[in-house]
Amino acid sequence: MSENRKIVLSAKDIEVQFRVRDHYLTAIRNISLDLYEGETFAIVGESGSGKSVFTKTFTGMLESNGKISNGSVMFHGKDLTKLKTDKDWEGIRGAKISTIFQDPMTSLNPIRTIGSQITEVVEKHQGVSKAEAKKQAIEIMERVGIKDAANRFDEYPFQYSGGMRQRIVIAIALSCHPEILICDEPTTALDVTIQAQILQLIRDLQKELGFTTLYITHDLGVVANVADRVGVMYGGQIIEYGNVEEIFFDPRHPYTWALLSSLPQLGVKGQDLYYIAGTPPSLYNKIQGDAFAPRNEHALKIDFKQEPPFFKVSDTHYAKTWLLDPRAPKLEKPEVIRDLHEKIKKMTDKGGAFHVE
Amino acid sequence: MSNNANDREVIVSVKHVDISFDTGGKKKFKAVSDANFDIYKGETFALVGESGSGKTTLGRAIMRINPCSAGEITFEGKRISGKISKEEDRNVVRSIQMIFQDPAASLNERATIEYCVSEGLLNFHLYKDENDRIAKVDKALQDVGLLPEHKSRYPHEFSGGQRQRVGIARAMVMEPKFIVADEPISALDVSIRAQVLNLMNKLKAEKNLTYLFIAHDLSVVRFIADRIAVIHLGEIVEIAESETLFEYPLHPYTTALLSTVPMPDPLIEKNRKHKVYDPSVLDQSGAPREMKEVRPGHFVHCTPKEYDEYCAKADRLEKEKGVR
Repeated sequence: MSENRKIVLSAKDIEVQFRVRDHYLTAIRNISLDLYEGETFAIVGESGSGKSVFTKTFTGMLESNGKISNGSVMFHGKDLTKLKTDKDWEGIRGAKISTIFQDPMTSLNPIRTIGSQITEVVEKHQGVSKAEAKKQAIEIMERVGIKDAANRFDEYPFQYSGGMRQRIVIAIALSCHPEILICDEPTTALDVTIQAQILQLIRDLQKELGFTTLYITHDLGVVANVADRVGVMYGGQIIEYGNVEEIFFDPRHPYTWALLSSLPQLGVKGQDLYYIAGTPPSLYNKIQGDAFAPRNEHALKIDFKQEPPFFKVSDTHYAKTWLLDPRAPKLEKPEVIRDLHEKIKKMTDKGGAFHVE
Repeated sequence: MSNNANDREVIVSVKHVDISFDTGGKKKFKAVSDANFDIYKGETFALVGESGSGKTTLGRAIMRINPCSAGEITFEGKRISGKISKEEDRNVVRSIQMIFQDPAASLNERATIEYCVSEGLLNFHLYKDENDRIAKVDKALQDVGLLPEHKSRYPHEFSGGQRQRVGIARAMVMEPKFIVADEPISALDVSIRAQVLNLMNKLKAEKNLTYLFIAHDLSVVRFIADRIAVIHLGEIVEIAESETLFEYPLHPYTTALLSTVPMPDPLIEKNRKHKVYDPSVLDQSGAPREMKEVRPGHFVHCTPKEYDEYCAKADRLEKEKGVR
C-alpha cells in the first residue's frame, strides 16, 4: 500500500560522527529511511543504538561535536543536511518538524507560566497578535485535554502533574501544525496509567491533523500500540524494517528475535527469562561484518567478516542478515516467540492473566 | 507456594503503619495509611503502584529511613520501627539491604568497585583481615557474574547492566536476609532487564533471600513475584498471590492497572481497552474501609457493602474460569 503514498521525508545513506577527545565515534552508519505521509513509524532499539541521534539529523539538533559526515535528508526538495545556522532552520525546526522529548520537566521552562510558553511559539511562528495567540493557546490546551484551560493558563509547570506537563509539551509541539512529529520516548518518564492516555492523545491528534509521527522507543509494547511500520536499530544501523505485523509475527533478524524473546510478558515463572549476553559494540572502532554477530548465538562465519546487505522478505519487509541468503542454513526463530499472536491472545482472552473485562 | 500461609515463617511484618510528612504548615501529608501485611521468609513480595502511591516510602520505612507515625514494623519478630537500641539498629542495617533504581546514581563515581562493594564490610568490620575482605568482595562479584579483576575499575567503565550487578553485589556482600529492591530494573535496557531479573531469582534460590520488590510494571512483577500488593495513593487496595491477582483481580484499581500493561502484539494492542480508574465506582457511603479476606490469602480493601460485591465477583470469576 505504501508505494502509492507520498514520501514526506527521505533520508539517504546517513552517517553521523562525533569527535570525542582525539577519536571519532561513528554513531550512525549508513541509514536510509523514507517516511510516508500520515504514517506512524517507530524506531526501536537499546540505549546507545543511535535512535535519537539519527532523528536529530532531521532537526539539526546534533550536539556541537557531531557532524553528518555523509548522506542527505530530503524534505520538500531541500537537503536538510546542508542547513547550518539557526536561521537556515527557521520555518522547519519546530514549525514543520517538531519534537517531543522524554522528560516534560526538562523541556518546559520551570520559571515561566505554561501559557506564556505556548503563546511564545504561536506568536513567533504564526506572527499573530498577543490576544489572538492567547486564544489559540487556550484552544490547543483544551484540545490536549487540560480541563479549565483558561484558568490554568497562568500557572507554572510545577503546578501540573507529569502527564499534564507532557500534554503541554505536545500542545507546544503541535501549535504550529507540523508535518512531522518526532516523539522521543514520550512516555518513558510517565506512569503506566498515564502512558496509555498520552499515546491515545497523540493518535487522536494525528487522525485529526494528519501529520506523520516518528516514534523513538525501547518499549515493544508501545511499538505494538502505535506503529504502522517499525525499524529496529542496532549499533548505529537499521537492521530490519517492515510493517508492524511483519516485525512482530515474522521477524527475521536474530537481534529482533532476541529483543522480542526478552520481554517479561513472555516470561514463564520459575524459568529463566531469555536475555542477550554481552554488550553492544563500541562505536569507536570500525565494525567488521554484522555488528550483532559477537552476541548472536546463531552467527555464521561470514557474519564476522562481511557486512550483510538488506535481503527482501516482502515488498515492505527487509532484514540485514546473512540468514536470509539462499546459501545460509535454515533457522527457525526461538520457541518463545513462535505463534506469538496465539500466545498473547491466550493471555488477553477471557481467563488469561491480562484479560480486561 | 503453599496456600497455608499460617504455617510459614514471617520475616517482616508491617502492622497498621501510617507514614506522614511535615508540609511546613499545620497539616501533615499522609503518604501511607494503614499498611498492614506480612512478608514470608523466602518469598518475593511485590509492591506495585504509580509514582506518588507511597510504595518507595513504605520500602524506606522498613529500611528505617522514614519513621512511622503510627503502627509498627517487625523484623524476625522484633520491633524495628521507632526507637531501638544501637545494637539492634546495626543488626537491622546489616540484615536488610537495598538495591536501588539507577545504578549510575547509587554508586560513588570516584570510588573503585572494590571500595563500593566493601564499604559495608568496612563500616561494620565484617572481615578478619585484608585477605578475608578481598576474598569476600571477589566472592560477591562472582556471585553476580562479574570478575575479580573488575575490582580496580570505576563505575563509569561499566555498562548499565554491569553497574546494576555491582549494586547487587554491594548488597550481597553483607549477607543480608531481606532485600528491598526499589525499581531495580526500570532504568535498564530491555535486554539487560532480563539478565538482572534472572540474577535476582538465582541469588534468591541460592541464599534463601526474601525480597520486597517495588515496581510499577505489572508484566515484570508477574514474572518475579510470589505475592503482590497493589498500592494506590498510600492505601494498599489488594493483596494476593501473584497468579490469583492476575486471574481474579477484584479491586477496580487493580483491573485498571492490569489493562495498562502493553502487550507485544499489534493486532491485540491496537484494539485493547485501557481502563481508567474511576474511584466513584466505589461505595460512597462513607463506611470505614479495612482489609478483608475475600478468599484465603486474597485481601481487598473494602467497606462491608463492597466486601459482598467482591465476594460475588470472585464467585462469578471462579465459575467462569473453572475452579480455583
